[in-house]
Amino acid sequence: MYISMNWISDFVDLSQADIKQLIGRFTLATAEVEEVIEYGKDIRDVVIGKVVKLEEHPKSKKLHLLKVDNGEAIVDCVCGAPNVFEGAIVAFAKCGGSVKGMEIGEATIAGYPSRGMCCSEKELGISEDHSGIMLFDDSAVIGTNIKDMIAMDDIIFEVDNKSLTNRPDLWGHYGIAREIAALLKRPLKALPVVDTKAYAALPTVDLAIETELCYRYSCIGVENVTRNVSPLNMKVRLMYCGQRPINLLADLTNYLMMELGQPMHAFDKNKVDKIRVKTFDHEKEFVTLDATTRMIEPGIMMICDDDEPTAVAGIMGGLHSEIEDDTTSLMLESANFDGVSIRKSATKLGMRTEASARYEKMLDPEMTVPAIERFLQLLMEIDPGVKVITAMTDSYPTHYETIHIQFDKAYVDKYTGIDISNDEIIETLTALEFKVTNKGDEFEVVVPSFRATKDVTIKADIIEEITRIYGYDNFKLTSTASLLAPVRPDKAREDEYLIKQLLAERFGCSEVHSYIWYDAKMNKELGLEPVSAARVVNSVASENDAIRSTIIPTLLGFVYKNLDNYTSMQMFEIGRVVKGFTKEGLCNERKVLSIVSASKEKSAKQVLSEVKEMIETISCQIKNKTISYAPADAVENYCHPKNSAKILLDGKEIGLITELNPRVADKIDKKLSAAVAEIDFACFAEQEKMQVLYKEISKFPGISIDLSLLVDDTVSFGLVHDTVMAYECKFLQSCEFIDMYKDKALNNKASMTIRMQFISYEGTLSGDEVNGYTQDILKMLAGKGIKIRE
Amino acid sequence: MLEVVEKLKSEFEAKLAQSKTHEEIEAMRIAYLGKKGAVTDVLKDLKNMDAEAKKQVGQQINALKDEIEEKLRLQAKKMEEIKFQMAMENAEKFDFSIPSCQEVGSLHPVTIVQRQIENIFKSMGFIIEDGLEIQTEYNNFEAVNIPKHHPARDMQDTYYLSNGQLLKTHTSAAQNAIMRKYGAPKPGEPLRVLFPGRCFRNENIDASHENTFFQLEGMMIGDNISISNLIYFMKVLLSEVFERDVKVRLRPGFFPFVEPGFELDINCLICGGKGCPTCKQSGWLELLPCGMIHPNVLTMGGIDPDKYTGFAFGLGLTRLTMMKYGIKDIRVLNSGNLKALKQFK
Repeated sequence: MYISMNWISDFVDLSQADIKQLIGRFTLATAEVEEVIEYGKDIRDVVIGKVVKLEEHPKSKKLHLLKVDNGEAIVDCVCGAPNVFEGAIVAFAKCGGSVKGMEIGEATIAGYPSRGMCCSEKELGISEDHSGIMLFDDSAVIGTNIKDMIAMDDIIFEVDNKSLTNRPDLWGHYGIAREIAALLKRPLKALPVVDTKAYAALPTVDLAIETELCYRYSCIGVENVTRNVSPLNMKVRLMYCGQRPINLLADLTNYLMMELGQPMHAFDKNKVDKIRVKTFDHEKEFVTLDATTRMIEPGIMMICDDDEPTAVAGIMGGLHSEIEDDTTSLMLESANFDGVSIRKSATKLGMRTEASARYEKMLDPEMTVPAIERFLQLLMEIDPGVKVITAMTDSYPTHYETIHIQFDKAYVDKYTGIDISNDEIIETLTALEFKVTNKGDEFEVVVPSFRATKDVTIKADIIEEITRIYGYDNFKLTSTASLLAPVRPDKAREDEYLIKQLLAERFGCSEVHSYIWYDAKMNKELGLEPVSAARVVNSVASENDAIRSTIIPTLLGFVYKNLDNYTSMQMFEIGRVVKGFTKEGLCNERKVLSIVSASKEKSAKQVLSEVKEMIETISCQIKNKTISYAPADAVENYCHPKNSAKILLDGKEIGLITELNPRVADKIDKKLSAAVAEIDFACFAEQEKMQVLYKEISKFPGISIDLSLLVDDTVSFGLVHDTVMAYECKFLQSCEFIDMYKDKALNNKASMTIRMQFISYEGTLSGDEVNGYTQDILKMLAGKGIKIRE
Repeated sequence: MLEVVEKLKSEFEAKLAQSKTHEEIEAMRIAYLGKKGAVTDVLKDLKNMDAEAKKQVGQQINALKDEIEEKLRLQAKKMEEIKFQMAMENAEKFDFSIPSCQEVGSLHPVTIVQRQIENIFKSMGFIIEDGLEIQTEYNNFEAVNIPKHHPARDMQDTYYLSNGQLLKTHTSAAQNAIMRKYGAPKPGEPLRVLFPGRCFRNENIDASHENTFFQLEGMMIGDNISISNLIYFMKVLLSEVFERDVKVRLRPGFFPFVEPGFELDINCLICGGKGCPTCKQSGWLELLPCGMIHPNVLTMGGIDPDKYTGFAFGLGLTRLTMMKYGIKDIRVLNSGNLKALKQFK
């Protein structure tokens, strides 16, 4: 929204004020100023001139050769304006002067000298009109500087509309002036208005509000309007504030909206006789002011003349009842509507207008009558012959409650942390038109109606009023006084960072982030059909609506995308997935760690071993616990039916590891080997870290026994290990895996070498002794069908 | 006798000059100084001399013995030096310019920045909390004082799910749960909590807009928390984050969950406040929203607003990360493109 400083100065004395500094303070105290524009700066030496002689240019149809009296001399001027004539009173830019974007000097145009220029309104920066030069009537004195006739010099600042969403009172100059008056500690002048009580005896308008969405409707009838062009200064203000001038009555409604923030509408009185504010329960066709035929949905509030709509309430008038340049009598509307309803209707109709933007902020209903009185004041100043033909007709079914707020000085001190005096509190609130009474440190305020529609309701709101005018830059800054106490680290969070660090630093993994939904196109391309519980119902990218239950498909998609640049890669993400719903119907949101290792060079066994090493290292480093595995059922189609396993920690399932199913791997790349693992982060984090229990080192040497066993596919190292360790012997310390190989000579079986460690804390073990144990162990292994390799 | 000594000496020097290996030096040591060596032999002849001659010749022989010993030592040392020289000259030249083969992974840039910020907060006594990404309408809206008809709740910005929940639009969605978890703070022991999280806005993405991004929110609630504390805290915090003395200014800003609410600006990082294209000549950069927690929000969190006050602030973690690393296209962050992501060690 654009604010004119000239307009503000109608209501606050700005003499001797540093305007730019004032705008800076406004930003800090009220709302953000986005831009400051200085108008009129580039207009110099433009005076009222008179065309005393006009000749056609001999060779040009368009150009005229003029003699112009500029008040000092009669000079030559070559002019191309279609509307110039001998005797015209014009705005004449003298040599050495300037107009918008142009310095005026002595020139020769089409072979003739020219010593100045007749200007259009556009060239003067006061309108977009460039159809011809600006003309004045005979009352203009030749030689007068144009700036003495038109208030062209003005500073305009643009306030960020978003920073005004909660301030319905600031959608017009008068409200802004109130803020500026408070900042300058100068009085705000009263608004000059016509007192409409004088018309109380006239007949009233036939008005009825038939919907609770209309809080108040005020209107008055006027006739005998004889002028239709707005005064220049009004046009300039409208123009500078971004509103194109139209005709007097339309301009006046706009001017009022920009001055008070109150949207107004002028109907042609000949076409509108009665006012009914209502909603329809069926669709209604209606042609709005912009000559567009619209279907009005049921429930949208309309202004009607009986059953015939004349306007969409609070949004836009109708074409039929529009005031035109020759309108002489009007019905003036100034109303107040429910803000939410206007917002929703405007959204439905796709027409957010200046009026609806204001109504949706919840305007002050007390403003409707003063707005009409102000309109009449301005209209009568411009066109003294106008005649009011009805009484002020005002229906006001819904009032906002008057808001009283009590607080004390201690509350202000506590909330602010500084000492703002009682006098300063009273002065500030009074300047903002709050009614303040106090008994010592106890205050009671009445919130002014223009702040009471939603903006100021509680004590904390009063704090804002006091502090913003006090100035946040003036605050003394203090630290909080708080107890010195240690903060316990959040273990899960520490774990998360440790895992990330381990994977990146030790295993060369890259951390990635991705979306919480599946990439549908990618999944289709890779033949992935992952489970999804929840769906997004309103996504702008509607194909990606399935919320992921696993990150693995996303990581596989990333592998696919990166294969052009990398032959091998390891990636991980710690992110959220949804695993079904809770009993209450809420998403079962889980944080998971997902890892992929993929390569065009390594074998499937290699990449699976890598991922396995990663999760085992994580468990060992962070929990000091060993991972174990159990057979998994291949739920998702990227799982390998044979080489996949449940990951167990302390016997509890925490995740899944699998070689990538060749069907999917092949779609990514013919040569690809890949393995993935996913761990439920909460399940992992909730496990206690195993304390380190130090064990004394034996003073005596131990004995290692290596055994090479002949095993088939059904025998895992785990089985061998568990069988060996089940042997009850206090000297048996460990059973480790050394290696395993397959050989044709072994008839499809494999040779698995293990190492057993025997140590005593009491003495040196003898070879015979250990041999005896070994024989026992071999018997136990034989019992499981595991034989030593001959 | 003296001639014998002289002869021995010159003979030794000639041999020494010829010697090339350690073995030869060692052989010479034995040949001259060993039990049966030439010098030892001469000494044996001494016993046949008179006392005067014995003394004179004895001295000379001892001097010769010392000289031979010293020269052998020096020669041995020289040999060793030559050996090292040879070893070095013959060594294969190592090319330091060839990059090492290293499997270095990378952390996501958001993780790196998030961790730095969390550490700053932890050093100031903050707890770090983790909220859900999928929230109820109540937590995301009602509980932070955004009632049913508030424009922020219009469908278009929020991802709604099939079960009626939504993807959280701001980290504030965690406020209520955190207040309920910790309850009203004890006197002088304000609740200090930081809650980073991923947020979602239902919009089309381009170089500067993402539908999935990180925010970081903090709050401090106690029996004596003021606006003055808020400004002080933000100044200290942001000076740590940007590693320099930051100037802050507050402007009124409207957010339903705070009262008063502020927009906080810092002096421009590029020009320091003089005015430049980045700050549109204003000298200030709009950085974060903050404010005193709205009494309604405290009430809904089970904390009595007549006894307690608090402040809250939000920081765009994704934006901060982009500022820090000069990332121009926001889409890189969720792309999984290793060419980009592997740069963040």
